[in-house]
Amino acid sequence: MSYTAKVMDHFTNPRNVGEIDKPDGVGEIGNPVCGDIMKLYIKVKDGRIVDAKFKTFGCGAAIATSSMITELVKNKTLDEAEKISRKTVADALDGLPANKMHCSNLAADALHKAIEDYKKHQNKTA
Amino acid sequence: MKRVYLDHSATTPVHPEVLEAMLPYYKDKFGNASSIHQFGRDAKDALEQSREAVAKVINAASSEVYFTSGGTESDNLALKGTALANKNKGKHIITSQIEHHAVLESCKFLKKEGYDVTYLPVDKYGLVDPGVLRENIRKDTILISIIHANNETGTIQPIEELGKIARENGIYFHSDTVQAFGKIPLDVQKMGIDMLSVSAHKLYGPKGVGAIYIRKGTRISSLVHGGHHERARRAGTENVPGIVGLAKAAEIASKDMETQHQHLKNLTESFLKKLSEKIPDVFLNGHPEKKFAGTLNISFKGVEGESIILSLDMKGVAVASGSACTSGALEPSHVLSAMRIDPALAQSSIRFSFGRENTMEDVDYVVEVLPAIIQRLRSMSPIYASSKKE
Repeated sequence: MSYTAKVMDHFTNPRNVGEIDKPDGVGEIGNPVCGDIMKLYIKVKDGRIVDAKFKTFGCGAAIATSSMITELVKNKTLDEAEKISRKTVADALDGLPANKMHCSNLAADALHKAIEDYKKHQNKTA
Repeated sequence: MKRVYLDHSATTPVHPEVLEAMLPYYKDKFGNASSIHQFGRDAKDALEQSREAVAKVINAASSEVYFTSGGTESDNLALKGTALANKNKGKHIITSQIEHHAVLESCKFLKKEGYDVTYLPVDKYGLVDPGVLRENIRKDTILISIIHANNETGTIQPIEELGKIARENGIYFHSDTVQAFGKIPLDVQKMGIDMLSVSAHKLYGPKGVGAIYIRKGTRISSLVHGGHHERARRAGTENVPGIVGLAKAAEIASKDMETQHQHLKNLTESFLKKLSEKIPDVFLNGHPEKKFAGTLNISFKGVEGESIILSLDMKGVAVASGSACTSGALEPSHVLSAMRIDPALAQSSIRFSFGRENTMEDVDYVVEVLPAIIQRLRSMSPIYASSKKE
């Protein structure tokens, strides 16, 4: 098994690591049994994701996909962000090893959860 | 960049003397050991001398040693061969939850073929309780197979006690000694072992060759049929250069066993001590004393194993992990799970396995680069932060 240069770059120099103070949405996914846990924070302004940060417990692929998605979503409208799939993330990293496509490619799922979380809060305050 | 190899439980480099001993059997002495002419006789002589050398390490007769393609084949032969030959007596096999996959998958296959398998549990150190073995013996039990030194943790089972119980009940006893052979004293008479599995490449020998000890009189079917090689127990032209390499490796290991034990003990004790001083929240998996001196299985709380392997690899350090990611499975190591290690900690486990060419400088180098790696990964971890808040 070997990772692409892009995966190794995002694993070695992950973008947007951390938490957002008073986030507008949080998506958490994974469990310790499968080995990957990811927490994604988003900040939304006028229907656009203006900031995204993550914390991840996981393998190289899990960390790289987390980092990549924070780059992919920035300045996207919520509609655009919702269209980001697991495949979008894997493609942006020039691909993932076959055995990682399922277990460690959770970033898109965390993003969708974060958007869902944001919308839930919007409905409450509306 | 400095390179430090700490994955000797996976495989070892071939010892220069081993390679030197093997080379003539690829060139001038290339004969088929079954041939009658001089070329064949030279090969045959080497084969029988090698058998003698391997037998000596475990206090067996040379006629009880058979050469195979490695530990996996030896385990398969012990499990399936005994099961097939003794099915009229019974179809129950006892093994443990922490065996190598070569044993576990053979048991799975036999289960499909109508055999019944009991997997003995282990305690938090990974030890089988001899009392529990005794309780699980039935009238139709034909084979007990328990690993000697575990490949993931190094924990050593009370083999002599387990062998005694098998003997008292007239049940065949096999032990997977792939990690122990040539490193820990083995005596098939004293330990009541009827079969044991050996691999050359864990012992500074070549890959693709191993051996099985089968006590005289053991009822066992062969799995590979063909010519009369290995007294019809394992057909196929013998891998003479490989076998010569195994024998040489066994001879060197046997001669150096005590000094190597001390060498590895010094390195691992120092490593664990220095590491614990520099990095908080590290846990040793396996028994602290009843273990092979070269292996350390350590969990780094809050950090997944593969990400540690990748980071260490970038610093030239080679290690292994029991995390799901590295095993290719979706669950963490079955060995650590059987020891009831918390799943997150099992995912955080790294196996450091030291060998004869490692030095104290290697220890210091890894202790120097590892704290920053763990700190960086922990700063990204959602579970390390939350566990600290509690």
